[in-house]
Amino acid sequence: MTLVTADPGAAVAGIADGSTVLIGGFGMAGMPVTLIDALIRQGATDLTVVSNNAGNGDTGLAALLAAGRVRKMICSFPRQSDSWVFDSLYREGRIELELVPQGNLAERMRAAGAGIGAFYSPTGVGTPLAEGKETRTIDGRDHVLEYPIKGDVALIRAHVGDRMGNLVYRKTARNFGPVMATAATTTIAEVHRVVEVGELDPETVVTPCVYVDRILDLSAAEVSA
Amino acid sequence: MTVSLNPDTNPDVHPDARTVEHTGRGPLDRDELAALVARDIPPGSFVNLGIGQPTTVADHLPAGSGVILHTENGMLGMGPAAHGDEIDPDLTNAGKMPVTELPGASYFHHADSFAMMRGGHLDVCVLGAYQVSERGDLANWHTGAPDAIPAVGGAMDLAIGAKNVFVMMTLFARDGTPKLVPECTYPLTGLACVSRLYTDRAIFHLGPDGVTVAETYGTTVEELASRLDVTLRTLGGREDAG
Repeated sequence: MTLVTADPGAAVAGIADGSTVLIGGFGMAGMPVTLIDALIRQGATDLTVVSNNAGNGDTGLAALLAAGRVRKMICSFPRQSDSWVFDSLYREGRIELELVPQGNLAERMRAAGAGIGAFYSPTGVGTPLAEGKETRTIDGRDHVLEYPIKGDVALIRAHVGDRMGNLVYRKTARNFGPVMATAATTTIAEVHRVVEVGELDPETVVTPCVYVDRILDLSAAEVSA
Repeated sequence: MTVSLNPDTNPDVHPDARTVEHTGRGPLDRDELAALVARDIPPGSFVNLGIGQPTTVADHLPAGSGVILHTENGMLGMGPAAHGDEIDPDLTNAGKMPVTELPGASYFHHADSFAMMRGGHLDVCVLGAYQVSERGDLANWHTGAPDAIPAVGGAMDLAIGAKNVFVMMTLFARDGTPKLVPECTYPLTGLACVSRLYTDRAIFHLGPDGVTVAETYGTTVEELASRLDVTLRTLGGREDAG
């Protein structure tokens, strides 16, 4: 049964210290900023965060990093023109970084959600990011063994959700959301609007409700500082 | 649609093709380089343009080329940059800049987007580079400097996934060091993956036969051979002992 709430605090309740948190978004597109702000107030710390980037500007994931709650980042592209929060934490040795090629990052989470024990990927063969990993030649091509990345929690943003938890997304803000939704024990989605059951065309649902545990209705949420 | 770059359909590598030396001019500027890359993308191709200079190739694709642009963050049918009222924070390219959608566009999640690459469904990708080796190894994600924060993004997935990997870069670093090298000294992005190298001084074809000069700009094959530490072949069978 999916919890639908307008209270950001209720949406993120119970996230434990030391959790692995999958955070959606590609830059700011699709980033669940309201849920992240609620997580900062909730107080969980010593987190491992999995996200494509390592924060932009001073809001969203960057604010969580600045609050000192993240022990380790697993991402593909931390260094950007506006990643100053991560950059200084990294240079001061206050955060661990696991760099993963973007496609392997997505597929490792997909594998976690799909019950795949590990998979061989041709991405990264012969590069420093494959060092120490098992390799195998399959059909004449070298591959690297990659293991799933499973989250305790996924925080994602979708466009519309229904009261059962079915989600649709909007344009390129979809990005990692559908994959992360499958890969976490508890998936929490913030949505711009909640509709009644039956209002979403079943043919267009992108994330079926089985993957979604809690929905934060941004249209009704009291977003306080 | 599948587009082939094989010699039978691509005039650039036709058996009768000869290396062309454009000596009555200087090196290519960035716009001219992007235009040459665009010229060599077969009509109807599915294409991914990397962040930075490769993105400008889109401005030079002829109207009606039928080229469909893929962006790694989950879209086929990407249109030009968005301006003014068109700007939508939910619609960006791989460089996180606002873009537009064209009729026939589609959206998909990240695992599907990279399955498209890894699965060999994209005809061409265009990437920048720090170094390319004579056998087509690519180094474009990390300088290896101890104080540098590494970031790889989708470069490794594109390098091994697209059917044809085009690289655009300057041929020499600011200090004059060649960036087309016998072996990359920077950390690798992918092995033997680059098929075409577009530089301000020359266009090279890379493959099992090594490095072939297709065209030069503001220089000659002889001069390039004297400045590069790789063996250069020319179209038409002539070979220079570099």
